[in-house]
Amino acid sequence: MSEFTGNEIIHQYLRHNKKFPHVLCPGCGHGIVLGSLIRSVHSLALAKDDVVLVAGIGCSGRLAVYVDFNTVHTTHGRALTFATGIKMANPKLKVICIMGDGDALSIGGNHLIHAARRNIGITALILNNNIYGMTGGQCSPTTPEGSWSMTSPFGQMEKSFDIVELGTAAGANFVARGTVFHIHNLDRMVSKAIERPGFNLVEIVSPCHTQFGRKNKYKSPVDMYRWIKKNATPLERYNELPEEQRAGRLPLGVFVERDAPGLEERYQALKEKLMEGAS
Amino acid sequence: MSANGKKKGRKALFAQGNEAVVEGALIAGCSFYAGYPITPSSEIMELMAQKLPARPEGVFIQMEDEIGGLGAVIGASLAGRKAMTATSGPGFSLMQEHIGYACMVEAPLVLVNVMRGGPSTGLPTSPAQGDVQQARWGTHGDHPIIVLSASDVQECLEMTVTAFNMAEKYRTPVILLLDEITAHTREKIFVPPAEEFEIVNRTTPTMPPEWYKPYEETVRGVPPMPPLGSGYRFHVTGLSHDSNGFPTSRPDEVVALMERMHRKIDQFLYQVQIVREFECADCEVCVVAYGSVARSAELAVTQARGQGLKAGLLKLGTLFPFPRRALEKILGHSRAVIVPEMNMGQISREVKRVNNGRALVRTVNRVDGQIITPDEILKAIKKV
Repeated sequence: MSEFTGNEIIHQYLRHNKKFPHVLCPGCGHGIVLGSLIRSVHSLALAKDDVVLVAGIGCSGRLAVYVDFNTVHTTHGRALTFATGIKMANPKLKVICIMGDGDALSIGGNHLIHAARRNIGITALILNNNIYGMTGGQCSPTTPEGSWSMTSPFGQMEKSFDIVELGTAAGANFVARGTVFHIHNLDRMVSKAIERPGFNLVEIVSPCHTQFGRKNKYKSPVDMYRWIKKNATPLERYNELPEEQRAGRLPLGVFVERDAPGLEERYQALKEKLMEGAS
Repeated sequence: MSANGKKKGRKALFAQGNEAVVEGALIAGCSFYAGYPITPSSEIMELMAQKLPARPEGVFIQMEDEIGGLGAVIGASLAGRKAMTATSGPGFSLMQEHIGYACMVEAPLVLVNVMRGGPSTGLPTSPAQGDVQQARWGTHGDHPIIVLSASDVQECLEMTVTAFNMAEKYRTPVILLLDEITAHTREKIFVPPAEEFEIVNRTTPTMPPEWYKPYEETVRGVPPMPPLGSGYRFHVTGLSHDSNGFPTSRPDEVVALMERMHRKIDQFLYQVQIVREFECADCEVCVVAYGSVARSAELAVTQARGQGLKAGLLKLGTLFPFPRRALEKILGHSRAVIVPEMNMGQISREVKRVNNGRALVRTVNRVDGQIITPDEILKAIKKV
């Protein structure tokens, strides 16, 4: 499994002809996710040519441009549909989808549940920062009840989505939750999600201080990481906790691990059967 | 196309327009279909579901909605496939954003829209031609687009092949507009052997990957396009991008992209614009029609000629870019133009624009889900 190995590896995977600096704010967790993704691809010894990174729209969507894979920056919420087309057209490719919470759960919610239902061989990373960052801090489907945002100035009235439960119910092969504070854990989860067959979903809690933290009484980005540190609970321990102590806790770990073959494998098997019948 | 079915290698078929589209697509090399069922285009999808899985490279997938359908088609196109989808009015509306994306990233694909009565759910099983201007301007922002139409089942087959060829040649989405009549009419057609068709495949890069610039300026304006995973790693984005494919907001780079995108089609108008003239050489009254209405118009013109009226028909195969030159030639000797359409007047706007006040332009419109009969067109010819 991958270990934190410093910057040398990451530099091998960044695009040198891309004009840096990047678009992310100080304190943003998205860069840490990108680092984790690169380390995972490296530890699995995947060829850059075989990796297709498909991204949606938003801060997370901008990550694709920096890495030297085949990168496709798609439309808002629809990254999984492009990824589906790519995977079905060429099942040899490793298709990794990076989406934000608004991207994957709000405008793209339909595509997410159907990609999970099909169990198509895609790795879906949902970078959950509980807010629409790039558009200026409007509430998203994961903005916690009672939190403030530009479009919930009196506190969010709606309940938020639990990405893990959604993915599990929809039928994903692998469902996990990690955070950008627990990097070793995250590396292991992302590697696993890339390696395994079928639809593999990882929710990655990645704080946004600029748009979420400042409106919700986090004095600095560090405060947000402290919040994660304090509330994150390994799944095993979380399950042992009595009900009344679970509130506000963030269970981390692998929630689902199934081995069903991906849609593209099942489709290939059907093709072989049909072609045999024809000849 | 001659009606001589005995010609060698030709297969006679009793088919509807939707089936002919599938025949044409497979001849053109289509190996990927993704979509969402909708009347009156569903037969295209059903037939693809049956045929594609049994072909060596064929992929068929039913998506969760039309947005996903076109998204998957664009993904497959980027992965090197000739890909298509088919839909009708409401689905076509949902696809608009992705049409713009396909224009921006220059992904070749074919989108068949079998037009039904609208707006909204409208008349799902009745014909209309109300999506013409939407096909041209439906997605946001300035963009070039090729829109074709077909008026009978034989043309459905041939136009589908043409649509794929143009998509690959110019790296652009091509929209094929049919109407419910053309799509569901059953008639005898002849399927020529595949080798009789000219099949165009996209240009792929031959230079070493480190020299490759995905959106480089070329003479044709169409940069070569490698399939994903072939060693040419680059960035695809719907953001305005520079020649390397990276997002940019520099005015000089943005304008270069926009100009090349338009030039790559505009400089080949003579190849893109398909029309058929019928009795046009000396006509005084010209009927401009497309789709199933063109068949009514053809009969009306024949009847008018029989009554000594100098009528002609300009049948539009290409709707956009609008075949301006072909119309201008006829306007030189026509005193009146009649534009029958199953809408409130959409192509007639283009005709009036080109006409610029020279000839009298009269429209014959129906939006009640009924066909425009030859009699109605003949009456209009007689009236002018």
